[in-house]
Amino acid sequence: MTRLKHAGLLVFVAVMIYPLVWMVVSAFKPPEQILTEPGLIPKDLTFENFKEGWHALNRPFSAFFVNSLVVTLASIAGNLFSCSLTAYALARLQFRMRRTYFAITLASVMLPFHVLVIPQYIFFSQLGLVNTYWPLLIPKFLATDAFFVFLMVQFIRTLPRELDRAAWIDGAGPFLTFWYVVLPLMRPALVTTTIFTFIWTWNDFFVPLIYLTRTRVFTVPVALNSMVDSETQSGVGMLFAMSLLSLIPILIFFAVAQKYLIRGIATTGLK
Amino acid sequence: MTSRSRFHLNRQGRAAHVFLIPWQLGFLLVTAVPLLASLYLAFTNYDILNAPEWTGLENFQRMIHDDQFWASVRVTLIYVLVSVPLQLAFALLLALILDRGLKGLAFYRSAFYLPSLLGSSVAIAILWREIFGDDGLINKGLALVGIHGESWLQNPRTALATLIVLNVWTFGSPMVIFLAGLRQIPDELYEAARVDGAGVIKQFRHVTVPLLTPIIFFNLILQTIGAFQTFTQAHIVSGGTGGPANSTLFYTLYVYQQGFVAFDMGYASALAWVLMVAIAVVTALHFLVSKYWVFYGDN
Repeated sequence: MTRLKHAGLLVFVAVMIYPLVWMVVSAFKPPEQILTEPGLIPKDLTFENFKEGWHALNRPFSAFFVNSLVVTLASIAGNLFSCSLTAYALARLQFRMRRTYFAITLASVMLPFHVLVIPQYIFFSQLGLVNTYWPLLIPKFLATDAFFVFLMVQFIRTLPRELDRAAWIDGAGPFLTFWYVVLPLMRPALVTTTIFTFIWTWNDFFVPLIYLTRTRVFTVPVALNSMVDSETQSGVGMLFAMSLLSLIPILIFFAVAQKYLIRGIATTGLK
Repeated sequence: MTSRSRFHLNRQGRAAHVFLIPWQLGFLLVTAVPLLASLYLAFTNYDILNAPEWTGLENFQRMIHDDQFWASVRVTLIYVLVSVPLQLAFALLLALILDRGLKGLAFYRSAFYLPSLLGSSVAIAILWREIFGDDGLINKGLALVGIHGESWLQNPRTALATLIVLNVWTFGSPMVIFLAGLRQIPDELYEAARVDGAGVIKQFRHVTVPLLTPIIFFNLILQTIGAFQTFTQAHIVSGGTGGPANSTLFYTLYVYQQGFVAFDMGYASALAWVLMVAIAVVTALHFLVSKYWVFYGDN
């Protein structure tokens, strides 16, 4: 019975993963064989797709990887900084409007981004910030990813209050308490935030598509999109090769942080 | 209240304001003002070059006669109504199979989760184009059994189905949440049910399902809201057109076309507000109906 179960599950895993494996194999096949020879074992191996794809646009792909990395790392820094400050105040400090602020944070988790994006675009374009990374990064430094604020508030609430009080009695004010007591204890929540900010920002397409129109500032997803636009039959191989490369940072992150990732989803429901 | 603790409260209040500077700025500049601005723009004609011109309800009246608007509503609703239940059914089924000490759990969980991790990327959308294309993987497979398939993406009747398959393929993340929920169900309840003579099916119906309803509800809300806002896959698979014959014109793709291709920002704002109200209504309905089927263990 269990053996049957495992056999069934393994077949299902194979079906689920097959498209990904096909993508990997295809990236190493000569372009004309990708669609004519759908099998998994390539007749001829080649790195031609990677070489061509790397220079398919008027800048090498390394530039787009650097751009994506800059945006992603800065977004992580922004979220860690702004969300932890906000969460500490909402979870631990006594002030008027505390409940209101928390309710607003919760409500804004459900707010669809599309209802904000047009005025934001007008605002940033009037400031001359189209084709810069500021429109992508400024919101991250202003604690607008409400989900992470919520996640951190919930986490801080599980920490014993005696720790804060002890620091308080020792004469530490809110800032020192936050920095030396609460922040180090928040590590799991900070790790979860880092992981999901990384994945979401690395994959993000809609916002960069709107703000980044010059090849020079493209992030990887926007660069891939513009390769699709100019796709020809021989371009399939390049597309596969570059798509595959674009997933590698996420796969590495998955391999390294898998434990935290699964725990993060299980406790918060993030994708 | 002693003066000392009042001193602390004042100090906390002042500190809170400093801690909340980023959040307050963000709420004001990134959320509240844009939200009101787009509400205003929804009642105007605005092309970003000239000043907005007040047109009253014109944008909303235009929707009523806009075939593309109705096409996008239809596409999005079909997508939400078909792909979310299917995705959750797969997630629940696999979670039930993997639950209770199956060997290799960690391996299966990672394998099934992988598509969720990658599914929203441009790269996977590109992969989907090639899988369901004219000479794609699916048609090659069909050819082996003698069926000649046409391009799934160029046929208006099947193009949306390929995107539904893509969403179902990412069942891993709700599955992980279901697994966590199943682990919370105490073994004693199953034992008690067995003592009372309940078989596997009865245990499932009377123990597992009721105790899992809050998790099902949570997943349902999360995936529904996400599905309403699908953009990347539709944009890549159709090359930004929503075609063929509007069959992949997702609502957010239509908002994007109006706002950032046609630069008809008044109309796009009106469309965006309709989306927001729709999501709010659907979420509220979910919460209302949840009283009748979600079991929180205290009643």
